[in-house]
Amino acid sequence: MNAQFLAALAGGILIGSAAVLLLWLNGRIAGVSSMVSNVLFSAERMRPALFLMGIVDGAALYYLLGGSVPVARDGFPVWLLVVAGVLVGIGTGLARGCTSGHGVCGLGRFSLRSLLATLIFLSVAILTTYLVRHVFGVQS
Amino acid sequence: MNNVVTLLAGIIFGFGLALAGMTQPQIVLGFLDVAGEWNASLLFVLGGAVGVTVLAFRFILKLPKPIFASEFRLSDMRRIDAPLITGSTLFGIGWGISGYCPGPAVALFAAPNSELWVFIPALILGYAIHHFLLRPRVSKDDEQDSMCG
Repeated sequence: MNAQFLAALAGGILIGSAAVLLLWLNGRIAGVSSMVSNVLFSAERMRPALFLMGIVDGAALYYLLGGSVPVARDGFPVWLLVVAGVLVGIGTGLARGCTSGHGVCGLGRFSLRSLLATLIFLSVAILTTYLVRHVFGVQS
Repeated sequence: MNNVVTLLAGIIFGFGLALAGMTQPQIVLGFLDVAGEWNASLLFVLGGAVGVTVLAFRFILKLPKPIFASEFRLSDMRRIDAPLITGSTLFGIGWGISGYCPGPAVALFAAPNSELWVFIPALILGYAIHHFLLRPRVSKDDEQDSMCG
């Protein structure tokens, strides 16, 4: 097993542990899309804002310790990034969850809705990446 | 105490995302691109994360209540409905184009680059379109509690 796979496994375990901590101690689901939409539109902004700030702090800490920092892609069309952002917002809003809420937490409690959501967004994403890269030839 | 836990859980979550490579859209797309040079590492992320939640949630949810709160706040939605399917499909398209799901998009603020200033406003626009135009009219509490992700 190479270093990237080990880091991926350790990162996954940390993500799962954060979700466990939040449910066990606070009784809440660690779902990022609902936190974002609650920060924007709900009356209760403090709780989701703290979690999102935590995400930023945690990632910043990793970069501070020497982890590789993400860089913007050359030649990736800006309009496509706009379309993608809008679709992620509308889609996770409608589905009431994303990779964290449905994928990590929903699967963890054997929710059928979350299982279906995860299978759909994962397979659609695989198909989309194929089309974007290999049919339309976009460097994403 | 609740707030400390929330912040701490967020920090662990964000560190985990970055360590796992999820904040690098190229790595995410390298996983989604099964026809290219496939990068299987994200299987380990999902496996690690779901492995932990599957093991721990079953014990946690048998407790009478969470440690620092009066009750577990979980979605009680069971029905497979059209918004779940349409929404997951649209999300999959956006994720497959960009390599960003909401968590890694938020994490962009930890190391801002030009993609942040495009993706985040677009993401907010998407949530606004959903909130103001596409959301069924339900009572406030209902909407708060039933969201799961």
